[in-house]
Amino acid sequence: MQRFINNPDFVVDDTVRGFVKAHGDLVKLADNPKVVAFAQAPVRGKVGVITGGGSGHEPAFIGYVGRNMLDAVAVGEIFSSPTAKSFHDAMKIADGGRGVVCLYGNYAGDNMNVKMAVKLAAKEGLEVLTVVANDDVCSAPPSQREKRRGVAGEIFMWKCGAAKASLGGSAKDVQAVAQKAIDNCRSIGVGLGPCTLPAVGHPNFTIEAGKMEVGIGHHGEPGTHVEPLKTAAEVARDMVKVVLDDHNLPKGTEVAVLISGLGATPTNELYILNDTIDEEIQARGLKVARAYVGNFFTSLEMVGVTLTIMALDEELKQLLAVEVACPAPL
Amino acid sequence: MQKFSNADSGDIVTEIARRIVENRAYLSDIDGLIGDGDHGVNMAKGFSLAAERLRGEARSLSASLATLGDVLMTEIGGSMGPLYGVMFSGFADALEGVEAIDAAAFERMLRKGLEEVQSIGDAKVGDKTLIDAFVPALQAFSAATAKGESFPLALKALIVAAEKGRDSTIGLVAKIGRAARLGERSRGVLDPGATSCAIILRTLAEGAKAKLGTLQKRNVMEAQL
Repeated sequence: MQRFINNPDFVVDDTVRGFVKAHGDLVKLADNPKVVAFAQAPVRGKVGVITGGGSGHEPAFIGYVGRNMLDAVAVGEIFSSPTAKSFHDAMKIADGGRGVVCLYGNYAGDNMNVKMAVKLAAKEGLEVLTVVANDDVCSAPPSQREKRRGVAGEIFMWKCGAAKASLGGSAKDVQAVAQKAIDNCRSIGVGLGPCTLPAVGHPNFTIEAGKMEVGIGHHGEPGTHVEPLKTAAEVARDMVKVVLDDHNLPKGTEVAVLISGLGATPTNELYILNDTIDEEIQARGLKVARAYVGNFFTSLEMVGVTLTIMALDEELKQLLAVEVACPAPL
Repeated sequence: MQKFSNADSGDIVTEIARRIVENRAYLSDIDGLIGDGDHGVNMAKGFSLAAERLRGEARSLSASLATLGDVLMTEIGGSMGPLYGVMFSGFADALEGVEAIDAAAFERMLRKGLEEVQSIGDAKVGDKTLIDAFVPALQAFSAATAKGESFPLALKALIVAAEKGRDSTIGLVAKIGRAARLGERSRGVLDPGATSCAIILRTLAEGAKAKLGTLQKRNVMEAQL
């Protein structure tokens, strides 16, 4: 393992410290060192919007804390849910007096810890609403959408939810629009190479040379199938097909596209993929209103990519257009 | 009536922590087959942190369990942090105020811990989780005591059932948690949670048995005097 780390047990603490030093104009560390908050949090009179999740996905989740974005993020160990206490502390520091909404991804640990944190907050009289992201198409069939994982669609959920809060929306408004955003999102991942948890020291799965895993999850969860590696254009077409077959959007629908590298994919290859993805989407009679291409939600040093397509309506379009300042490139 | 002292038994928890830390690599390796390979790492981190807090202090079993539960819940996260956190806190709650732990108190402790786990998780027997080790262990213990078996024999039955339950997960398809995404491909390997749960239950039962043993010896000696 060739990595820039110190003690593997403390990679997250070391990451967060360096992150806060780099982005001190936008973020601060809470008393709990596993909570990163907007520098001006809590924003009085605004609904607090928070999330939380395992580390190793940088710039997610901490990179989306900022102005008109998330107010606080609970930080977990690598690929492991934050504690209930950290979620609770994130809720508290984000509370500007109008309630808090927690927008997170559908994983067993996060579900449990958020549930416990919501209870802890309720005991103190703070009502916290939640939305669970489940945009990963390949993680369960359409009939079991509630079982699907949350992946890069979470970024659109955060962006739209946080924008609604910054425009003065109530906690219920923020919850409703975040729910709409994630309901309008579908994602798929394709993996070409595994990743290694520093504390484990060896790759946590294998993909043979010349093969690719279609439908892979953000932590290397196995996909639907492994097949010989194809050209970028073929992969792009396959990804669009899986996503849009699940989506079933009427012709003329405007969409936002997010293509994220998983950590070790050269950025130019993301643009190569986007070239065909854009073409394929247009060929299906849809309009790409906005495309985001880069490393938004990674999985350590996994070689691979995720594609997220969100169907837009006027409200979501306006919310996406709200200007933000956060460490992640958005 | 066979009993052991709550006040003198905090070291059982230190031993549980030691056994988890000792199995760090093993638990991570089996987790790597169907999960993301960090079960041992996270467990060892939490349990060694708890052992650190307990070091050098002679605490009761219930107080030590409470510390362990608290550390897991507040410091570990993941799924295992809350699940084992509420389990150990449940154990502690059930033993609080109990001076001498007999088989009935031990059973109440197990039951309360299981209830707490089930209050935050949805797993049932057969879902390939720690529940597959825990439920049969508790059943075996209470069946043994109901039959009039001695406390040590009931503890032995608990260990056997926990490990049999752990081994049963090899043949199961995961229904819950990260391994559930694998479907049929999760069959054929041990569940890491059931494996760590069996380690915990074995160490707890062996610790209790050892305490009963010393107590019996002492009783015999006292009787001889």
